[in-house]
Amino acid sequence: MSGILVVLELQTTSGQRAGRISRISWEALAAGQKLAAAQSLNITAAIVGADTESLAAEIAAKGIATIRVDHPLLAQYTPDGFTLALQQLIQSESPTQVVFPHTYQVRDYAPALAARLNQVLISDVVDIAPGPVFTRQLMQGRLNGNYRSTGTGPCLISVQAGAFRAESTESATTPAEIKTFTPTIEAAQIRTIPGEPFRGSSQSVDLGSAQLIVSVGRGIKEAENIPIVQELANALGAELAASRPICDNGWLSMDHQVGSSGQTVSPKLYLAVGISGAIQHLVGMKGSQCIVAINKDPDAPIFEIADYGIVGDLFEVVPALTAAIKAAKQ
Amino acid sequence: MKIVVAIKQVPERDAQVRINPSGKWIEESGLQYALNESDAYALEEALQLKEKHGGEVIVVSAGPERVGQTIREALAKGADRAIHIDCDDLGNRDALGVARLLAAAVKPENPDLVLTGLQSEDLGLGQTGVIVAELLNLPHATLILHVEKTETGLTVKRELEEGWFQTIDLPTPAVLTIQSGGNKLRYATLMGIKRAKTKEVRRVTAAELAVDATPVVILDQILLPHKQKSTQMLSGSPKEAAAALAEKLKFEVRVL
Repeated sequence: MSGILVVLELQTTSGQRAGRISRISWEALAAGQKLAAAQSLNITAAIVGADTESLAAEIAAKGIATIRVDHPLLAQYTPDGFTLALQQLIQSESPTQVVFPHTYQVRDYAPALAARLNQVLISDVVDIAPGPVFTRQLMQGRLNGNYRSTGTGPCLISVQAGAFRAESTESATTPAEIKTFTPTIEAAQIRTIPGEPFRGSSQSVDLGSAQLIVSVGRGIKEAENIPIVQELANALGAELAASRPICDNGWLSMDHQVGSSGQTVSPKLYLAVGISGAIQHLVGMKGSQCIVAINKDPDAPIFEIADYGIVGDLFEVVPALTAAIKAAKQ
Repeated sequence: MKIVVAIKQVPERDAQVRINPSGKWIEESGLQYALNESDAYALEEALQLKEKHGGEVIVVSAGPERVGQTIREALAKGADRAIHIDCDDLGNRDALGVARLLAAAVKPENPDLVLTGLQSEDLGLGQTGVIVAELLNLPHATLILHVEKTETGLTVKRELEEGWFQTIDLPTPAVLTIQSGGNKLRYATLMGIKRAKTKEVRRVTAAELAVDATPVVILDQILLPHKQKSTQMLSGSPKEAAAALAEKLKFEVRVL
């Protein structure tokens, strides 16, 4: 077809697949539309699963030609099933570029799919320039790298959540065509057996509804230093949250974690203490109304999205801030 | 259980990274290196599995001479032996090229399990383990926090998004990519450091592994990211900066 193929995914809500397309999938579609426009190519969407009729209709209603990659063995996600199905689809359609949303699921199979096609996935893309040149982050977000494909086969890319704006999803006057593609899959080719999703520890800290959040990262150095930020949170009347390493080390329980593997928050104030701002953390808090960062490293990526910043030693700045806030509140 | 752990040496987390004159990579002179964090968790999982079920833990790492130091650290923590893929042009290889090196080195070992971290802290591609599984034609699972041996293979705990998990059953041999936080990391003991000096590190050159090094994907240019917001930096002594911030929080953000 020599066009753009976009692989869309289902929304998961509370660990379950909901019956609609995920937001990041629409963003992947927007990235695909950008690529299609720049190269004057057609765009086709694909949805993989079993019983994908209503989902395909949801996409086609927006005027996007849609392929249902449908097979009973695709009812539950497995890397083997999805790799086989999409390998066959890509070989049948010969797209120029294939765009995926950069989700945990895509990360689980798309690198293998690319390798099977003798290609390499350009993962976690944040920008696309003419060429096409794909920008992705390096060194925990401190640098950007521009990548291009030299291969002759299809170029596979996955796009980061929030990097491309999903078009206002108006319905087309006439829905686009829907095709069904039935891949050949044998049950024996699927080697892993997935279980039902379950919730981790009981969620006692609800950061989602907090108006003010003080969040602590690696810069705090030791568990014994946590009270310094707890006092700041108390003075502000804020909830205490953390980046992943703090919870990994057990210094705060897992339900304090903000980021892609933890909670997503958008409070009025997010005060990040000793957090450098790796992308996995930023995706969980960049929607906050006001972001304040305190960090000793002036090049920390957190400052790129902060409204206010202080470069300094948190062990000096935070106690001073706690005192200043107490004074300002009187 | 024979377990191979693929580890990567990456610039230390707090290192000041600068772009080198070619504009295609970072300036490596004067840089401090460390073991990639999620690889440290992969090593820990391997060591705990060995303690429970017996067997052998072999670490494999690709890179130049300096990688030897990170390999010694892994041996000091308890790995039994190591394979160092001597390779000065790692940066010119794409994810498939690096995975080919690792797969070629791992294959003759016929391990029951291959573990690696889910993602490196420098390139952040998050693909190596999955591609190695594909090249070795083994089943895989990613973002794993816990591994349990069963009669027929493994039951693993996989992290999903937003605080959800699932278990996955898979046969061995298999490849798993390990998420950080599943275990508490151990430190090398003095005895471990001593014993590491006598452990076998087999060196094999990239040329000897005779894999295709032609990249499909090329890193053309490295740039500083552009700022997404205009940040008001508050300067002065810690006390002055804190007072200025409290002012902003009271009168501009209006949260006090």
